[in-house]
Amino acid sequence: MAVPLLYTLRSVRVRWASNLVAVLGIAGVVAVFVAMMAMAHGFQKTLVQSGSPRNALVQRGGSTTEMVSVMTLDQVRVIEDAPGIAHGGDGRPLVSPEIVVVTAFHHKASDADALAQVRGVTDRALLVHEGLRLAGGRFLTPGTAELVVGRNAADMYTGFSLGARPAFGGRTWEVVGLLDAGGSAYDSEVWADAGVLGQAYKRPYGLFSSVTARTEGPAGLALLRRALQGDPRLTVQVDTEVEYYAKQSRLLSTLIRVLGYLVAAVMGVGAVFGAFNTMYAAVSARAREIATLRALGFSAGSVVAAFLAEALLLSLAGGLLGCTAAWPLNGLTTSTLNWQSFSQMAFAFQVTPDALAAGVLFALAMGFAGGLLPALRAARLPVAQALREL
Amino acid sequence: MVRVDGNGSGDALIRMREVDKVYHRGGEVIHVLQGLNLDVEAGEFVAFMGPSGSGKTTLLNLLGGLDLPTAGTIVVDGDELSRLSGPALAAWRARHVGFIFQMYNLLPVLTAFQNVELPLLLTRLSRAERRDHVELALSLVGLADRLDHYPRQLSGGQEQRVAIARAIVADPTFLLCDEPTGDLDRRSADEVMELLSRLSAEYGKTLLMVTHDPRAAERAGALLHLDKGVLVEAGRR
Repeated sequence: MAVPLLYTLRSVRVRWASNLVAVLGIAGVVAVFVAMMAMAHGFQKTLVQSGSPRNALVQRGGSTTEMVSVMTLDQVRVIEDAPGIAHGGDGRPLVSPEIVVVTAFHHKASDADALAQVRGVTDRALLVHEGLRLAGGRFLTPGTAELVVGRNAADMYTGFSLGARPAFGGRTWEVVGLLDAGGSAYDSEVWADAGVLGQAYKRPYGLFSSVTARTEGPAGLALLRRALQGDPRLTVQVDTEVEYYAKQSRLLSTLIRVLGYLVAAVMGVGAVFGAFNTMYAAVSARAREIATLRALGFSAGSVVAAFLAEALLLSLAGGLLGCTAAWPLNGLTTSTLNWQSFSQMAFAFQVTPDALAAGVLFALAMGFAGGLLPALRAARLPVAQALREL
Repeated sequence: MVRVDGNGSGDALIRMREVDKVYHRGGEVIHVLQGLNLDVEAGEFVAFMGPSGSGKTTLLNLLGGLDLPTAGTIVVDGDELSRLSGPALAAWRARHVGFIFQMYNLLPVLTAFQNVELPLLLTRLSRAERRDHVELALSLVGLADRLDHYPRQLSGGQEQRVAIARAIVADPTFLLCDEPTGDLDRRSADEVMELLSRLSAEYGKTLLMVTHDPRAAERAGALLHLDKGVLVEAGRR
């Protein structure tokens, strides 16, 4: 039979000050760990939700990002006529050829220039991309130097609010609309007319970066992919938008995760030593109590279990405290460089149930690691000698 | 009849034969007990006296299954202790031995009731049965009204009586008392010894007690002296 849990609980309470040190140590590690996971997840989610599973992103074969891809107008025409493509209410195919350029704007938070993604679009863009709506103003008029700015971009960069007249690419533009993309990567972009943007950046007429096409669904997408990849006039790759953005997010979110694990592991070692110290102190302070339990007939195993339970209890408290500390980060927006597109992208921390569960498990693992040796020591105490200790 | 000559009858409750206990301390070999023989029959109350370092505590540790002899055999109620392994020895202690310590050794975070209940957690008794046993044991030591008191709220004498209740609650085969009055004032010591005498006289408990206190030793039915690792019979009432 096990040493009563009551004994463990009350002993923890008696030594609360020393235990608090271990609990806070573990809480700190868990808070950092959960924060890093929330950051990685938020970054990933922002990119992944930018893509629609119905949309196909067509780029030149071998391109890893839109920036390095080139599509010509005649290729756009071929894609518009390809099977599997959905058509709008006006009977025209839902295909959006787009130009992507990266340019430096003044970044408010860092008070320095940061690279932003500017997307040149046609009037088809809002029909093709899902989940986008105008949060203010109106959509740009084709053929003019008007801009529609993502709401995060408007916040991030100086001089991009509604009505502002920013200058870049050798000319002055006017912000006529604000775009709400529901927290996806488009929220960090500035949209201009494709033709005007191409001219400003001296792109030859009829050259685009990529083509986004709305398909008729999974079957339509497969049909389109087969048709385009089998067409001798084209050397293109067809990804679903979701695939494309998942690929884009992989590098940085993996880096953040690995960094998170590393930082947490290093801090975790410290916290384990903290727990270790606390538990060793607990074992020495209660040597006579342990010996008494052993003399009464409690087995060495039940003593190990009792002290491990104590360590796990402390680490559970630390884990929950750490999660509570990290929770306010949920939804907090920050921005970072998307290494794939080389432009600044805003994203929100996402404290997910998975991250919280991982944090608590991590805490328990630290408690176990810190508690095991002291618990074994407790069980190995020479009973006869410890019984007479004061 | 307590015997120390090794010629006790076969029905002794506790039988030690040619027991040696040797400690090694920094290359030095210390013979604490040498060729010790002891026979104690059920229901006897035996006191051990002797100078410090004579091996009294070692003897008690061996009898309580807290330590094993270097040579010789200890048989209690048919069980040979040196044949038992760690967990089995712990289970044996739970079933056969009631310990009473000089410093009481109550767990400070548990109430009197919970302290006395501890040995019963190692039995199959139900919660209600445990409660009955604990209340009976505490009323036997005169502390039925102190169930919910913590050790720090009790006097030394009361703490020791709670410890005695804990020692008897599971009805062990025998009680081992290590200086039970060593930390008590005269009056509390007398109360505790009165209680131990009653356990022996009225309830037929087998008691083995190590003590420095001659007044405590007087209460025992037999007095043995331990000197330089050898037992000598010193008196019998």
